[in-house]
Amino acid sequence: MMGTSPAVVRMVGITKRFPGVIANDGIDFELSKGEIHSLLGENGAGKTTLMNVLYGLYRPDAGEIYVHGEKVTMRSPNDAIDHKIGMIHQHFTLVLPFTVTQNVILGLKFPGGVLKLGQAEKRVTKLSEKYGLRVDPRAEAWQLSVGEQQRVEILKALYREAEILILDEPTSVLTPGEVQDLFRTLRSLAEAGTSILFISHKLDEVMEISDRVTVLRDGRVLATKETSATNKKELARLMVGREVIFRLERPEVKLGGAALEVKGVSALDDRELPALKEVSLSVHEGEILGVAGVAGNGQRELAEVIAGVRKAKGGRVIIKRRDMTDSPPSEIVEAGVGRIPEDRMRLGLITDLSVQENLVMENLKDFSSQRGLLFTEGIFLDHSSVGEYADKLISEFDVVTPSREAPSKTLSGGNLQKLILARVLARNPKILVASEPTRGLDVGATEYIRGKLLEQKEGGAAILLISQDLEEILALSDRIAVIYEGEVMGVVPAGEAEMEKIGLMMAGTPLSEVGG
Amino acid sequence: MRLRIEKRPYPSLRTRILWPVLFVLLALAIGAILIASAGVSPLTGYYELFYGALGDARAISETLWRFTPLLLTGTSVGLAFKCKFWNIGAEGQMLAGATIATFFGVSFVGTSSWLLIPLVIVSGFLAGALWAAIPALLKAKFGVDDVVTTLLGNWVILYFVAYLVEGPWRDPTSLWPESGAICESAVFPRLVPGYRVHIGFLIALLFSVLFFVILRRTVWGSEVKAVGANPEAARFMGIKVARVLLTAAILSGGIAGIAGVNELCGTHFHMKGLGFFGGTGELSWGYGYAGVIIAMLGGLSAIGIPVAAFFMAIIIQGSRAMYRATGVPSPFYYAMQGIILVCLLGGIFFTHYRVRRVKQ
Repeated sequence: MMGTSPAVVRMVGITKRFPGVIANDGIDFELSKGEIHSLLGENGAGKTTLMNVLYGLYRPDAGEIYVHGEKVTMRSPNDAIDHKIGMIHQHFTLVLPFTVTQNVILGLKFPGGVLKLGQAEKRVTKLSEKYGLRVDPRAEAWQLSVGEQQRVEILKALYREAEILILDEPTSVLTPGEVQDLFRTLRSLAEAGTSILFISHKLDEVMEISDRVTVLRDGRVLATKETSATNKKELARLMVGREVIFRLERPEVKLGGAALEVKGVSALDDRELPALKEVSLSVHEGEILGVAGVAGNGQRELAEVIAGVRKAKGGRVIIKRRDMTDSPPSEIVEAGVGRIPEDRMRLGLITDLSVQENLVMENLKDFSSQRGLLFTEGIFLDHSSVGEYADKLISEFDVVTPSREAPSKTLSGGNLQKLILARVLARNPKILVASEPTRGLDVGATEYIRGKLLEQKEGGAAILLISQDLEEILALSDRIAVIYEGEVMGVVPAGEAEMEKIGLMMAGTPLSEVGG
Repeated sequence: MRLRIEKRPYPSLRTRILWPVLFVLLALAIGAILIASAGVSPLTGYYELFYGALGDARAISETLWRFTPLLLTGTSVGLAFKCKFWNIGAEGQMLAGATIATFFGVSFVGTSSWLLIPLVIVSGFLAGALWAAIPALLKAKFGVDDVVTTLLGNWVILYFVAYLVEGPWRDPTSLWPESGAICESAVFPRLVPGYRVHIGFLIALLFSVLFFVILRRTVWGSEVKAVGANPEAARFMGIKVARVLLTAAILSGGIAGIAGVNELCGTHFHMKGLGFFGGTGELSWGYGYAGVIIAMLGGLSAIGIPVAAFFMAIIIQGSRAMYRATGVPSPFYYAMQGIILVCLLGGIFFTHYRVRRVKQ
């Protein structure tokens, strides 16, 4: 099927520069008809840039694009759509109060301006049946699960007769079961002749779904391989540029007492709907408790209640045998709780401020000089001790930054996360709540951060690890709790944790029914 | 050829200075059209304007005398904006400060200057602070929009003052609705005999330096910057956001309050009510609103704000000189203030974005 079939898309010598970086450096790339072609690379390797060039969102500084052998210029996504290219972004763009059909036809023109909803609905139903994209065309978008919303996005592209589909990290929001559904759909689409571009940094998925893989690093193509003629190890080496250890050594640590206890905690989400329903968990010293679950099932609220930035509607949060329910964040930090929030840019850092200011923001008072005239506490900030402290952490945690005074928004994602990690770990937290600590990070940074978490555990910290990345949960946790719609479906020791069982719990089946 | 707008990832210091300056020049160019439409050559007009503001010792003294309240309100607004407390109420806070100062200045006749001047300053500070604390509390506790509350607060206090000076406080011997004069010992001493620049100038400089030190050197200043840049993250990191907001509002309102005292004790010596055409007859000639423009023009920086305030002072003082010399109506200043504001928005845009040509 591959190789011999004609190229539907050919990109030649694509170069795209941004101020200070070359995102794409003379990239040659080919997509054959009916193949599933993965684009693999670390963050910043240039995958998304290349796809945005193809989809008309960026214009390349050099290079040419051919579709069906004909040279084209993509001025905007409209041009791409005209060439039957569809793109499914990581973030969906559905209008929530609209039905599935309304969303699908949004933006299309109808002859004479008469909306033929019935006809459209029939076509949506037909398409969804044909490719196994199960979704009710009359359901309103807000009622849909994330997996279903993604299907609507795919339907949108298919309705516009897309023959080339670009999927940007499509599995990051799905449960293992939903991933399998998606893969079935992609296979049947490919069989029907659709060419699929699958962007990912997850090696297992790439190996499973694709016919060919193109590996990018630093804006260049390193290799294009037939999946059958390569393996995970080789791809990882190409992607990172060195050997990668897949199995982390999980140190054996003697468990201490319960350091963090969550007892029957309930909480509301931002829309004031119940997000947590009587959640009970406990984490011991020297233990990592993983919380697995699909995004939006209460993980964020759980982390925020513990961190002191969201009020509990009921229940108690006990930190080192002290009831600290609804204590302000300052007291939670002082009690020795380190918090790595899931949203680095929104909560974790103040990106307009400098690297050093971000490093000391949680304990500014420790850096005040004691020279205050009338004040018992110093009001002036001791700049030299701030600078010393920042320099120490920057080198210890290997943060790549032009200087400690650089605004932190100039740092890359991995370095931003290291910055948070440095701030939090420098204070030797006894309890650590880490939410999505490696999301969006490349393999190197991920390895580093996971290593640091294990180091903390070895040092006797109690760690609550919240992650949607099941592999991460399995690799690091001693016990795994699965959360679904704000309820804990069950807690299983990591040793006997089977993917399938966890998958079922993630989809809402309690452990008792799963047969644990 | 097409043009495309791109965000500058991190505007350099040069960019941040260059664009506002360019757009101020553009504003002066538009001002030239106004001068020309009054039948005066723009060159002559601007010569008279700048000569009238900086030409000799008296002109400089007059400019500094106007610079004083502008520096105070600019600093006041700058501090508030730095932590995203959108204080558009410096005008009202000035009036609050001046009102309380009038009370002490009129009734404490015979008290020594050494007592009375500190008293009017401190009480003016507190009154302005209180007037700013109310919207800050509403914002911190109930999320009430601070732009609306601070702005509308201006009218509340303005009409309250109008009531006072037309009613209980009215000086029966005066032609205008104004209070009686404050006593001699409440009047701000002049720095140089014969020139109008007075100790308020030093007080304004003091607060400007204080603003600089707070932002660069203090724990609280770091908290203010953090709250301004990202209140949610600041709260997450254990900063007491409501408290920082409230203290910043108090300091901001207090400084504006002192600007009001400055106008009372350094310029008018009577409390005034509603004015006539374009502010004549009022205590503040729109200095509270000018403070917003000055703070923005100065990029909320401790260095930029005094520069911007001085520029505004030149325009105000110079407009009057230009009127005397050429007959271009002196409300030219108000027109310029508006033009500068509009141009400034353009300047801010170009500081953060750049336009690039895209080859077809």
